[in-house]
Parts: sequence; structure tokens; C-alpha cells
Amino acid sequence: MEQTVQFFSGFNVNDFLFLGEAAGRTLLISFVSIALGTLLGGLFGWALYEGKLFATFALAPVLDVFRSVPLIIQLVLFYNFAPIVGLRLDPFMSGVAVLTIYTAALVANVARGGIEAVGQPMRRAARSLGMTYWQDLRYVVLPIGGRAVFPSWVGVALGVMKDSALVSVLGYVELLKASQILITRTQEPFLILAFAGAFYFALSYPISLYADKLERRWAQ
Amino acid sequence: MIEISDLYKSFGDLQVLKGINLQVEKGEVLSVIGASGSGKSTLLYCINGLEPIQKGSIKVDGVEVHAKDTDLNKLRQKLGMVFQQWNSFPHLTVLENVALAPRIVRKLPKRDARDVALKQLEHVGLGDKIESYPGALSGGQQQRLAIARALAMEPEYMLFDEATSALDPELVGEVLDTMRLLAEEGMTMICVTHEMGFARDVSDRVAFFHEGLIEEIGPPKQIFGDARSERTKKFLSKIR
Repeated sequence: MEQTVQFFSGFNVNDFLFLGEAAGRTLLISFVSIALGTLLGGLFGWALYEGKLFATFALAPVLDVFRSVPLIIQLVLFYNFAPIVGLRLDPFMSGVAVLTIYTAALVANVARGGIEAVGQPMRRAARSLGMTYWQDLRYVVLPIGGRAVFPSWVGVALGVMKDSALVSVLGYVELLKASQILITRTQEPFLILAFAGAFYFALSYPISLYADKLERRWAQ
Repeated sequence: MIEISDLYKSFGDLQVLKGINLQVEKGEVLSVIGASGSGKSTLLYCINGLEPIQKGSIKVDGVEVHAKDTDLNKLRQKLGMVFQQWNSFPHLTVLENVALAPRIVRKLPKRDARDVALKQLEHVGLGDKIESYPGALSGGQQQRLAIARALAMEPEYMLFDEATSALDPELVGEVLDTMRLLAEEGMTMICVTHEMGFARDVSDRVAFFHEGLIEEIGPPKQIFGDARSERTKKFLSKIR
């Protein structure tokens, strides 16, 4: 009797759990990168707005580079060249580093727009009450400007979450990488990519909904 | 007392104030009138240090406003300012708009800041609007809110920069009434205004600005009834 070797096996419940776990990693790397990138981007945006020499001639061009070079190239370059300068980072840390800077480069312009949206008269009114520069930033510019550019920021955040799929090229097993692994074994790309897509949607959609709700509340 | 001597201010090449000398006593109400661009508003911005000056000096209770070691944030607490555009904080309720500065600048406990805010909002007749957002208020109400917000810092001087110019005509009255109330309570006020009725009835003195200089200053009776300068007469005849 001839023996057959089974190379492929079908999609099963455990695979679904595997995808769920990978979705968790997508969420983790996105959350960390977006949080850090937003903080850093806010700082950069403020520097761009204040327009000091350093910001205009050093920061702005660097941010332009990070915004313009495709993320996948940044990831591969960083992951392969970081060890040369003595940085030993695992795929997760490398992904976080690149995604954070990428997010910061995008958020910087959003943040600058937010500060501009507040306008000089409003800020003078705040200062005329005796607020310091920093109190004006914290209690007037941040909440008013933040609300003005919140939709753009949500757009950036959702974009970064989807772009985090590219970290798979470093071998970090997030949703896309997990899907590729399963496709190789099951040979069922349609089914698995549909599931992966559904997971991305399940991660993004609640954020969109919540953002809409916030915006509506602020509009009152 | 506010003492201004030999004040020069320019924006780039544009000379806006060309040697202003002026003293405003405690308890006095001074109205500043004149054509647009004559430097009236700029004077107010200079008094509370929102604009740097090129020459001369401004002293508030003996403190040099533009001296390097002056704590402007502290000085500004003495100088309430109301702008043409009311600039209420859209993300805060009416009450929070007024309570914010007392809380973070005067460092009052939350409850005290709230009490101060309530008192001032009732003062300007907005006691029933405290939970509303500014967006739900009329222009006149927002301007009264701005007045309450400035008063909550318990300033010793109030600077009004064309406080009624951006309002619909039917809303001007309520803001002028509030300003009149303050004047009656003895607040020291400098009011840049185009409301000649207000200037005549409420002020102790009226200053007529012409191209960056005080062309004429005196009691309302003099300015409106017996002006010495031809320019003052011409200006007043044009707007009547």
C-alpha cells in the first residue's frame, strides 16, 4: 500500500484563536506606537508652530523624510542597520521604534494645525487673565486645538494601526504574519485573509464609532 | 494709577503711537474715541503688556509694565481686559469659563473659584446660564460672560477694547448697561469705544485720538459740547 504524506491540514478552531492572539499583538504594537508617537508628535508640532530656527531647518526636513519614505523601507532599513550601531532590538521593539517615529511625523503636522486653529485673539484673552504661556497651552490651546484636529488624529491613528501590518516583514507575528503562516499550512487564502480583514475591521470600527460619539458630544 | 509717558509704538514701519502722555486716576472712567487706526486699541494692548513698546513708559501703580523684571502674569491680574471679539472658551461651560483663571492663576480652591465665578456671573446677569456652553449664548451674553471672566480675577482696572463693536445693534445695550454698572461701582476703566452716548454719559474724561496722538482730552462736556480742536469737532460731526 502506498503511503501518502499529508502536507496540508484544514482551518480549525485553534487557528482562529491563533488569529485572535495575533490581533491582540497588532493592537498592542499599534497602541504603544500611537501613544508614544502622539506624545512625540505633539511636542514636534509645538516646535514647528513656535518656528524656532532648529525646528524650521532641522526638524521639519527630518519629519518630511519619515512621512515620505514608505514605511516598509523604513522598517527593513532600521531593523537591519540598528545592530550596526549597536542597537539590539527584537522585532517588536524595532516595530515600535519605527512606527512611533512615523506616527510622530504625521501627528506633528496635525498638532501644529491644532495650535494654529486656536488663533491669536483667544490666546491673548487667556494671557490677559494672567495665565502663563504654559497655562494657556494646557488649559486653552490643548483642549480647543485638540478638538479641532481630533478627526485628523483619528485618521492618523487608524492608518497606523493598519500600517502596523508591515511589521510582519520583521517577523513579528501580528495579524498579517499570522495569516501568512496559516495560509502556508492550510492553502486557504480567501478564508483566512477574510478573517484577518474582519479582525482589522473589528479593531478599527469601535474606535471610529467612539470618535464619532466624542465629536458629537463636543459639537453641542 | 496708570501713568503713560512719551509712549511710542510701531508695527514694523508703521508708527501707531507717537508720544502718548496720559494719567488715569483710581476710580476714573476714561473713554477713548477716534477713527479706526488712530492707535486706541493698541494703547490698551500696550498697557497690559500684550504688545511691546519702542519708547517711553507705562506704569501701573508704580510698576513699569515693560521692564524686564516685571512679572507680567501677576500684573495682568490687576488689569481686566475685554476684547471686541469676546473669545469665550468654547469647551467650557459658562461657569467654568469664569472659574478657570481664579482656579489656576489665583490658585483658589475649586469651591472658592466657583463661588467667585457665580458671584460675577450674577453680577452681569448671567446667573441662570451657568451650565450652558458659550455657543448657546447670544453675542451680548458672551460679551457679558467675558466681562464676568475678567472681573473674577478681581482686577483693579478694566480695559475695554471696543466691547460692543462686534455686536448686533439690539445687543449693544445690555453690554453698555453692564459697563455702566461697573462705572457706578467705582471701577477704574479705560474704554475704547465708538458709543458716543456712553462716552458722554458715563466717562469722567474723554480722550480723542488722532493719528497716534491725543488730540484733545477733557470732560465729556468739553469734548462733546465745546471742543477746542477743529479735528475733534470734525470727527464728532461726521459720526453724528
